Amino acid sequence: MAGDHIIDLKHVSKRYGDKVVLDDINLYIRKGEFVTLLGPSGCGKTTTLRMIAGFLAPDEGEILLDGKDISGIPPHKRPFNTVFQRYALFPHLDVYENIAFGLKLKKVPADEIEKRVKRVLKLVSMSDYEDRDVESLSGGQQQRVAIARALVNQPKILLLDEPLAALDLKMRKDMQIELKEMHKKLGITFIYVTHDQEEALTLSDTIVVMNEGRIQQIGTPIDIYNEPVNCFVADFIGESNILKGRMMHDRRVAFIKHEFDCVDEGFGEDVPVDVVVRPEDIYFTTDPARCQFKATVNSCVFKGVHYEMWVDTDTGYELMIQDYDPYEVGSEVMLYIDPDDIQVMHKERTRNVLEGKMVDETHVEMIGGVFECLPQAGLSAGDAVEVETTFEAVDLLDHQEDGVVSGEVHFLLYKGDHYHLTILTDDGYHLWVDTNDIWDKGDLVGVNIAPKDLKISRKNEA
Amino acid sequence: MKKFLAQAYIWILLILLYAPLVFIAIFSFTESRVMGNWTGFSTKLYANLFTGNMQGSSSLISAVENTLLIALVSALVSMLLGTIAAIGIHNLHGRKKQAISFLNNIPMINPDVITGVSLFLLFVFLHISQGYVTVILAHISFGTPYVVLSVLPKLRQMNPNIYEAALDLGATPSQALWKVLVPQLRPGMVSGFILAFTMSLDDFAVTFFTRGTIGLDTLSTYIYTDARKGGLTPELRPLMTLIFLIILILLIVINVRQAKAKKQFS
Repeated sequence: MAGDHIIDLKHVSKRYGDKVVLDDINLYIRKGEFVTLLGPSGCGKTTTLRMIAGFLAPDEGEILLDGKDISGIPPHKRPFNTVFQRYALFPHLDVYENIAFGLKLKKVPADEIEKRVKRVLKLVSMSDYEDRDVESLSGGQQQRVAIARALVNQPKILLLDEPLAALDLKMRKDMQIELKEMHKKLGITFIYVTHDQEEALTLSDTIVVMNEGRIQQIGTPIDIYNEPVNCFVADFIGESNILKGRMMHDRRVAFIKHEFDCVDEGFGEDVPVDVVVRPEDIYFTTDPARCQFKATVNSCVFKGVHYEMWVDTDTGYELMIQDYDPYEVGSEVMLYIDPDDIQVMHKERTRNVLEGKMVDETHVEMIGGVFECLPQAGLSAGDAVEVETTFEAVDLLDHQEDGVVSGEVHFLLYKGDHYHLTILTDDGYHLWVDTNDIWDKGDLVGVNIAPKDLKISRKNEA
Repeated sequence: MKKFLAQAYIWILLILLYAPLVFIAIFSFTESRVMGNWTGFSTKLYANLFTGNMQGSSSLISAVENTLLIALVSALVSMLLGTIAAIGIHNLHGRKKQAISFLNNIPMINPDVITGVSLFLLFVFLHISQGYVTVILAHISFGTPYVVLSVLPKLRQMNPNIYEAALDLGATPSQALWKVLVPQLRPGMVSGFILAFTMSLDDFAVTFFTRGTIGLDTLSTYIYTDARKGGLTPELRPLMTLIFLIILILLIVINVRQAKAKKQFS
C-alpha cells in the first residue's frame, strides 16, 4: 500500500435483503484529493459514502483509514464530516449554534469556538448571518452553513452527498467554483457524490464511475471522458456515438461500414469491439482528399455555444455531430474523424449466455420460464445446460403476458442503426437485446426466443 | 331563506351541544341542593369549594387530587414510552411498519369497558393488588397510542439526515437524541402529552375496573358514587364550571399558538 492513501476500500460488499447494492468495491483515495463518486441513482455511490462516514457497515470487506481498519469505529468518532443532501441543518438552532454544535460537544472553550465559527463563516462568505434562523435562509445559504458546520471541525476528510442537487443551475455553477477553491485552500481530502457528470468533470481530481453496485472506471476527468472503458461510461459521461465495430488489426478499425485508422493496439485481428466517437470529434471538410465518409444532415439544433446535428451516413447509420457552424438540413456533407478521437473498447459480451435445465426433449427452463427448443439429442430431463442466444434473436413483445417471461427495459443504448437494450426480467436475470424497435427505459416487455435460436449444450461440471 | 336555515342549523347544533354546560354554569351560582331550583344568586358554592366548608368535602378534594396526579404521571410516562415507540416504528419498513401501526391503533378504538375489564382480569391473574399503581398502569396503556400517533407525523416531516448529521458532528447516539431529535419532536410530544392527559382526566370505565377496593376515587368515579348515594353534591357544579373554563382557555391558547407557528412557517 502506498503511503499517501488516506482511505482504502478493500473488497467491500453490501446487501439489502437479496439485492446486492455494492459488489466487491476496491478503491483508494489519496490524501488531499478531490474524488467524485459518479453514477445514476441506485448505483451504490451514496451507500459507499455512508460506509466511509460510518452510518452503514459493510457486509464484507474492510475500510481502512491511514492503513488501519475503521470498521468498529462509530461515526461520531471518525475524523470526517459530512455535508448532507438537503443540508440537514438543525432547524431549532440558529446559524451560529448550528456551526458551533460539533465544537461544543468537543468542549472547545467558548472564545475559541467563537473565533473558529467566525473564521469558517468568512470562508463560506456568510459573515453577517450568525443570528439568523436557518429556515429563513435560501437554499444556497443553507448549503454554505452546512459546509461551514462540517469544516469548522477541521475534518481529515470532507464527505459531500450531492450537496448541490437542490440548487438552481446558476447557483450550482457558482458553488462548484467555490467548492473547488475551498478544496485548494484547505488542502483536505474531499469525497463527493453526484449523479451530475458535468459537476464531476468540473470539480474532481479523480472520478469513480459506478453502476449497479460496481466500479466501472476510475480515472482523471480527461481519462474518463476521452477513454471510457465501456459503453456505460461512454454513454453516461457526455454525449457520444457508440457504435458496433470490428478491429481489423492494430491501428485499424471498421465501423459504420467504413474503415478508419485509430491508435489502439493489442485487441487482436478481426475482433468485434465497441467504438466511441464524441460528437465534437467528427469534423466537416470540403477537401475530398480528407473526406472519409459522406452523410446527409438530418436535423440541426442550436444549443447555445454549438449546433447539434444528426446526420445519416451513406451507409445507413445515424451519428450526432456538434460543431460551431450549422449545416443546412438535407445537404450532403463530407466528414472525417481523427485517429486520436476514436476510442475502441472491448465488447463486454457478444451474446447471451444463460444457465438452464432441460424439462424434456424440447423444453428448457431458464431465466424463470420454460422455453421451447429444438429436439435435443443426448440430453434428458433435469440435465443442467448452458444456453446461448444472439442479441438479435430475443423478441420483445408489447404485452408482458405474451412472453414466456416478462421484464422491463433497464438500460438502452443507441448504436447508430439499432438499439442495444438490457432487459431485467421479473426474476432478476439480465438479458441483452439488439432491436430496431424503439423502447423507453422502464417499458414493461414480454420476452420470447424462437426455438431455432437457442443453442443448447451440456453444462460442464466443474 | 336558505341562508337562514343554514345559519339556524349551526346554531341549533351549538345550543344542543353547549346547553348542558351552560345550564350547570348558571346553576353553579345558586345555593339550592337540587339542580333546577333557582334560589337566588349566590357564590357560596364557589366559596365552599375553596374553603372546603361542605359535606364530604375531603373526599371530593382528594378525588380531584387523585385525578390530577394519575393524569400527570400516566401522561408523562405515556409521553416517554410513546415517543420511543414512535421512533422505533418510524425506522421500521414495509409490512412490519404497517402491522405495528395497526396494532397501535386498536387500543384507541377498543371500547373502554373492554379495556377496563381485560385489564382488571389481567391484574387479578397476575395477583397485583389494585389501587394507584394499577390505575396508572391502565391509563398509561391507553394513553401511549395517542402519543405515538402525534409524534409519528413529526418524524415524517423531519429531515431524515438530521440524526446522522448530529452523529457526524461528534454527538454520541444519546447526545444526538437529546440535543437534536427531542427538540424536533417536542411539539408532537407535547400534543401527545395533552391528549393522554385529557384522556386520563375523563376516563371512567377503565378507572372503575382497575381502582380496586381500597376506596380510591377519581373525579369521575366520585361523581358516579355520589350520584348513586342520592343527589349530586352541589359543589360539583362550580367545580365542573371551573374545569370547563380551564379547558376552554387551554384550547384557545393552543390554537392561537398553532396559528402563530403556521404563520411563521409560511
